[in-house]
Amino acid sequence: MKYLMLVCTDPDLKPGEDEGAPDVEDWVTEMDAKGIRIMGERTRPADDATTVRVRNREVLLTDGPHAETKDLMVGFDVLECADLDEAIAVASKHPMAWGGAIELRPFWPFEG
Amino acid sequence: MADQVNDLIAGIYVDGWSRIVATMIRFTGGDWDLAEESAQDAFAAALRKWPTAGVPDQPLAWLTTTARNRAVDRIRRASTEAASLRKATAIEVEPLAYSRDSEIPDERLELMFTCCHPSLNLEAQVALTLRSLTGMSTAEIARAFLVSERTMGQRLFRAKRKIAHAAIPFRVPPAHALPERLPAVLHVLYLLFNEGYGDAAKTRLCEEAVRLTRVLKQLMPDEPEAHGMLALMLLHGARRPARVDANGDLITLEDQDRALWNQDQIAEGITILDAALSRRAVGPFQIQAAIAACHALAPDAPSTDWPQIVKLYDQLALIAPNAIVTLNRAVAVGMASGPEAALPLVEAIIKSGDLADYHVLHATHADLLRRVGRLQESAESYRTAIAATTSDAERRFLRNRLALTEPSPRGAA
Repeated sequence: MKYLMLVCTDPDLKPGEDEGAPDVEDWVTEMDAKGIRIMGERTRPADDATTVRVRNREVLLTDGPHAETKDLMVGFDVLECADLDEAIAVASKHPMAWGGAIELRPFWPFEG
Repeated sequence: MADQVNDLIAGIYVDGWSRIVATMIRFTGGDWDLAEESAQDAFAAALRKWPTAGVPDQPLAWLTTTARNRAVDRIRRASTEAASLRKATAIEVEPLAYSRDSEIPDERLELMFTCCHPSLNLEAQVALTLRSLTGMSTAEIARAFLVSERTMGQRLFRAKRKIAHAAIPFRVPPAHALPERLPAVLHVLYLLFNEGYGDAAKTRLCEEAVRLTRVLKQLMPDEPEAHGMLALMLLHGARRPARVDANGDLITLEDQDRALWNQDQIAEGITILDAALSRRAVGPFQIQAAIAACHALAPDAPSTDWPQIVKLYDQLALIAPNAIVTLNRAVAVGMASGPEAALPLVEAIIKSGDLADYHVLHATHADLLRRVGRLQESAESYRTAIAATTSDAERRFLRNRLALTEPSPRGAA
């Protein structure tokens, strides 16, 4: 089962709430070694985003993020896990779960 | 004869429904809809066949085997239909017969933990628990929660879809995850109990909550909080017959006719609680049950051991602090040490802004003000409480209390 792990910041975080957060390098090393993390990257901030829409066959571009995602997303990983419980356990070990928020989106499986 | 068979089937349905649904979820690899449909088919077949053919020796085995065969039929039919569109590999599922009831695995615990998975919202957890563990129909559940059948159907549909799409596992969490996951199950059961407790029309929810908690206790004999929860429900439930008068008006604990309390249920609750406490792994539900036991054991209201109840609330505030606990503790302090001691505690909650919409907070404030003779302020707080409550019975009760703050014609307080 594949999950997209959206790594987000949390503007409401209070100082000290993320105390004891694990190190991201350790997380990457561990999850790569276990074959759980298939890939992942940091992304540039919302300022550098371009939103693409095609309406009536015309390509419409917006400078900035799609409204709903705001400027929260700062990176992503793709996970291969047995089930949601494993994905939750993996996400809870990521430092951004401590200082931000992580959204898990199951992949829509290929229905051949 | 036919009536007797129907009663017998209804009796098997009470526990059998969830056993069969759980077995079928496993068998279908997590297809909850197919599991429910085939369980329904099996009971429908029993209603059709048993009155003439007789009741099988092993009814649960018969029903589960029938459900399995129906599921296989449905899968075959679906794959034949799909095959006309594309070359699908035929799904090989052999109908398998259970010959004894004892062969059927009991996966109700797996079912409970999956229904109460914290990645589902609470409303969905509650709805799914009722549908798959009690066999209440979507329409019955919708009525219990005052929403349309369509809304409830959607809620169940979305929950089942998320379980499938997000791959929520069908299992009891491993031991290390239980401290996080068991409270979610207990929470849902307690919410069901409370939902049914406050409303005579919803008694069914109470009964189902107690029945499911009995199952949980039986399947998790080493979890003192599951025992504590059952004790709490039994001790509270024992007071039900005394809670409302003939007009449906609420009677406070203080004024209840204790002869109406169900003594068998109290005795059972106390026995279960004592056994749980002896394990020395205290939790919030055991403490709440201990508080309920203090009330249950007092022969009349004045002999209630309020100082002991204050101590129990102190303990509860340590392990599970929240504004409701603070409020209940303040009530106990008011009884143990007098209203003057409790007033500042309640006023601190009001100042914090917590529970601002909770009528009990304002009613408690009003009671304390009345007891210290500040009648005008008391009346004001009763009015705030009346405006905040949504229950007619509570509103009538509070209006009667409000009347006590008005000077009597003879001028006596």
